[in-house]
Amino acid sequence: MAKPILIALALMFLAAMVLLPVVAIFDRAFAEGAGAYLAAIRDPETLAAIRLTIIAAMIVVPVNIVFGVAAAWLVARYRFWGRRALLILIELPFAMSPIVAGLCFLLIYGAYGPVGAALEPYGIQLMFNLIGIVLVSLFVTCPFVMREILPVLQVTGEAEEKAALTLGANGWQMFRHVVLPNISWGLAYGTVLTMARAMGEFGAVSVVSGAIRGRTMTLPLQIELLYNDYNATGAFAAATVLTLLALVTLVLRSVLNRFGPNREAHA
Amino acid sequence: MTARFPAPFARRSLGALAIALAGFTGSAQAQERDMLNVSYDIARELYAALNPVFIENWAEETGETLTIEQSHAGSSKQARAILQGLKADLVTFNQVLDVQVLADNGFVDEDWQQDLPNNASPYYSLPAFLVRGGNPKDIQGWDDLIREDVSIVFPNPKTSGNARYTYLAAYAYALDKFEGDDAAAQDFVGKMLGNVAVFDTGGRGATTSFVERGIGDVLITFEAEVENIRAAEDEGAYERVVPSVSLLAEFPMALVRKVAEERGTTDVAEAYLNFLYSTEAQEIIASFNNRVHDPEVVEATADQFPEVRLITVEDVFGSWAEAQETHFADGGTLDQVFRN
Repeated sequence: MAKPILIALALMFLAAMVLLPVVAIFDRAFAEGAGAYLAAIRDPETLAAIRLTIIAAMIVVPVNIVFGVAAAWLVARYRFWGRRALLILIELPFAMSPIVAGLCFLLIYGAYGPVGAALEPYGIQLMFNLIGIVLVSLFVTCPFVMREILPVLQVTGEAEEKAALTLGANGWQMFRHVVLPNISWGLAYGTVLTMARAMGEFGAVSVVSGAIRGRTMTLPLQIELLYNDYNATGAFAAATVLTLLALVTLVLRSVLNRFGPNREAHA
Repeated sequence: MTARFPAPFARRSLGALAIALAGFTGSAQAQERDMLNVSYDIARELYAALNPVFIENWAEETGETLTIEQSHAGSSKQARAILQGLKADLVTFNQVLDVQVLADNGFVDEDWQQDLPNNASPYYSLPAFLVRGGNPKDIQGWDDLIREDVSIVFPNPKTSGNARYTYLAAYAYALDKFEGDDAAAQDFVGKMLGNVAVFDTGGRGATTSFVERGIGDVLITFEAEVENIRAAEDEGAYERVVPSVSLLAEFPMALVRKVAEERGTTDVAEAYLNFLYSTEAQEIIASFNNRVHDPEVVEATADQFPEVRLITVEDVFGSWAEAQETHFADGGTLDQVFRN
């Protein structure tokens, strides 16, 4: 008796909280017809925003993969002074509001910040361009890959790795043939989360973007801007692109869930 | 996925990446100059119409190809970003104080307001009313806003520059009406604030409350905004009411000399600012429902703008800085009026 009620409740909740808003985005985007929708998508500034969002994500994701794997390995395999502090530090971006993160980056890397001011004489600018957007995106996404891999590394232990080394594998061979297959699903999952967040981040990016149209506007910023310009079709058309990008990552995720071993363990 | 994009897309992506990378190494040897106009949030379409005209004129005069980039956000946020290193060659704001902050920090000339005509403000507007079609509550002026049966929508003066104009306009009107009696003026503004149905944080939120959620009998915002909202909705759904007295809202602009000199754009940025005063530009500006100074354009567009007596912030409140201090600072007049 309880089961059908729970199912009905869950479905109703999801329909109201998740499905309806997504449907509304597409409904509003096509409210003025497919022609208006296509014209809105092909607006040069919207195309530039799509491009910038993808370029930034393509830089952020690989960097965080390398950093996440290295950090997870370090924390899982070594005991050292400050290990706990490192764990907390890596997770700090989870707890910090993105707008605060953006302001912190401005304070340090802006023209009056210690780093920004030191680089200024060389004509190197870190904020209000692609670099600034990449830096804050790195910050807000840096826990994802590491958090996904760490439990896997802790569960598998180092017996297999030691065996590989004993049998004459060098470090890279051991990583390639033993560690990577073990962590591959966690790694893929963390990558998907990183990608989704990097493309969708608003608050932190908004602070360091400088809002230069066609140059430093990412897709989420462009959506807000179009909406504030009373251009609802443009805003929601751009929103469908962002939603579709997110859906692609979600489909990727569920595919990984289906084929990945032991995903139930911590998904 | 890539196959679906036309080939130039990929090339342009690489180009954009190259430009972005060149931008931070500082190795870009620009053959053509580009210039960044940092502006307030609702001016996008206006400058999108003005820039191509200036670019064409400049190319004819000098043979040089210009690119003008635009950045739009709340002007206080923009001023802060420039202080933190956003490379603006010029600013076109809607708040005097936000340009003054740049002047105080050495980014803009100290006497910037005297460098260009009309307090460096090529166009102006004023708080006006948007009422529902047929004006069912017969709202004609500020006095109607304190009637018990009238419900008002405008943003919170604590967070919105737009709403500060409305608040000060009402206050100035009341001071005028009661011949300088401050207590009576406070009472008037207090009654008006009591009629506000919802205080949104910004102009856009207030518009949504009034237009899409159907709250209130009157929305107060800049006249240009009133007309733009009216144009975007069904004909006859809304009407504009311009009160007989309102407050002058200036749109101050300035050369950001510190940045322009560093980037070698001083001449073109100055030419751009002067261009905004030309008859050609003023016509475009007036077509976006802003009031202008050019006598020719003023005459041609006289039907578009009802007569109104404008009071300035300087006349009534001394200066923007003083108005800010007296009225909007914590514990200021606004807080006291709110409490009563």
